[in-house]
Amino acid sequence: MSTPAPNLGAPHPGVTSELAPADGLIAETSAAAAPGKKRKRGFGVTFWLATVWLVVVLICAVFANLLPVKDPLVPDVLNKLAYPGPEHWLGTDGLGRDTLARLVHGARVSVTISVTAVAIGMVVGGFIGIIAGFFRGKLETVLMTIINIILAFPALVLLLVLLAFVGRSLVVISLIVGFLSIPIYTRVARATTLAVAEREFVRASRTMGAKNSRVLAREILPNVVLPVAAFGLVAMGVVIVLEGTLAFLGLSVQQPAPTWGGMIFDGKRYLSEAPHVVLIPSIAMFLTVLSLNLVGDSLRTRFDVRGSNL
Amino acid sequence: MYVLRRLPSLIATLLAVSILTFLMTSLLPGDPALQILGAENATPEAIAAVRAELSLDDPLPVRYLHWIGDALTGDFGRSYRTNEPVSQAIVERLPVTAEIGLLAIVIALAIAIPVGMLSAYRAGTRTDKVISSTSFGLLAVPNFMVAILLILIFAVWLGVLPATGWVNFTDNPVQNLRSALLPALSLAIAEMAVYTRLLRTDMIATLQQDFVTMARVKGVSNRRILFRHALRPSSFSLLTVAGVQVGAIIGGSVVIETLFAVPGVGRLLLEAVLVRDLLMVQGVALVIAVSYVVVNFTVDILYSYLDPRISHGRSAARV
Repeated sequence: MSTPAPNLGAPHPGVTSELAPADGLIAETSAAAAPGKKRKRGFGVTFWLATVWLVVVLICAVFANLLPVKDPLVPDVLNKLAYPGPEHWLGTDGLGRDTLARLVHGARVSVTISVTAVAIGMVVGGFIGIIAGFFRGKLETVLMTIINIILAFPALVLLLVLLAFVGRSLVVISLIVGFLSIPIYTRVARATTLAVAEREFVRASRTMGAKNSRVLAREILPNVVLPVAAFGLVAMGVVIVLEGTLAFLGLSVQQPAPTWGGMIFDGKRYLSEAPHVVLIPSIAMFLTVLSLNLVGDSLRTRFDVRGSNL
Repeated sequence: MYVLRRLPSLIATLLAVSILTFLMTSLLPGDPALQILGAENATPEAIAAVRAELSLDDPLPVRYLHWIGDALTGDFGRSYRTNEPVSQAIVERLPVTAEIGLLAIVIALAIAIPVGMLSAYRAGTRTDKVISSTSFGLLAVPNFMVAILLILIFAVWLGVLPATGWVNFTDNPVQNLRSALLPALSLAIAEMAVYTRLLRTDMIATLQQDFVTMARVKGVSNRRILFRHALRPSSFSLLTVAGVQVGAIIGGSVVIETLFAVPGVGRLLLEAVLVRDLLMVQGVALVIAVSYVVVNFTVDILYSYLDPRISHGRSAARV
């Protein structure tokens, strides 16, 4: 999976300031700290463009049936593989079905699967991670061993095997993907908890006599939720790609229900005569994943409590 | 020795992975006997006979011990569908996947190391921004999309490389490389982006350390500082992540091999999964998971050579 690699080893602060400005190599690298600082003040144009795109996708997914688009299943037999034009804004596929309508309805599958899967992974994985990172000791060892064993499998392999024997409705796929993503959230939540638990306000709260449950709920949780949620946005992109991959392998939600991955897969056979049939859903998927990465990454930088050593 | 100290944990992980593989395929719904016979031949007697033959009625731990005992001697049973021995199918197809995967990693590293270093060296400049945003964008492109674009460009438009098919290396080395190039590139693009970003971050941190300043003061050339002084301490997390990313490459090979009609283990797994060929799925999943664990173990060992602090118990602060 192409998760953006966690920011391993952030630049060491405070090392650069005393260095002579004449030193070319080092002066250039110390400039790298500047963009990081700038980003903290406000989100750039790209951030807002990405947010707008995500909102559009979300609206398409929620209101697919109410939007003024054609029926995604009804073929226009006379207009197969039509190029974008006034009749079909984004053209038609190999059966003459309207690409725009299929994109809008396909968004529903992507959004449902990614939101459900991320919610499951975030709640369950986050919970396990906080518990492991807060209580440490044997409990942590046991939990993290289990997590690492699950991570010892390449995710897609586990997914394929589970799907083959369990079935492939929208619900099942969402649940399995959610289950498989638990280990990642556990690691993120644990790493964040470890860092937060060291902070002064936690110690202060303990000194004032707070019980474990209170420290967890009032001090730890609020500080772990945001970084984990920001990571969840990036993970949502991964899930969308995963669903696309499944559709591509013929293992996603059954046809003829439109999904983005399925559209790319179907269009593949018309690659030489009508590449737009493949390219349009590809661009939609690319923009969505890119937007999720952008928004997730910006938020993660902002909420980062510890230079994200995962 | 460090290798020996890590060995027990490797064995424990392998054991756990084999149990998980077994449980996953054994506890799931669906009677394998029914699968083998097909709905029309499935009389109760026939089902009972098949179940007895595969010893499906034994308790789970007994079945696991049988299975893992046979697996250790290289016997994974036979495919329900083709009656081909599972181990033979795997042995035939593993080299194909390994070749494409290795080629992908080599391509990705060959591009990512110089580009990541350039980006770190010129951090904050326009060059760096272009490199950073390009690699950020590439992270959002799924491998099947890369594959389709590559097919469109190199096979459909330019017609210089084959879109599908596979030639064995022993049959024709040149054709073999030609058939491996597009699949490997499809897998390499995303990896490249991951590696570049990682190396850039670590390199920037390294270039701010005192020994680099020292080298500068001594008048060592930029090139020598970058390659001889800074690359090694900057490559620890790159190496770790490259190991972890082997999982992504294995997962990706399922898609890429199917798309390019390449006979590797990824496609073997998918085909077995689609027809619910239980023993084949178990065997292939086990081999894939074991290879992945072993690769990461090896990375761990290599890591201790790159950074001697590790094997002496004083690990580097960042992992």
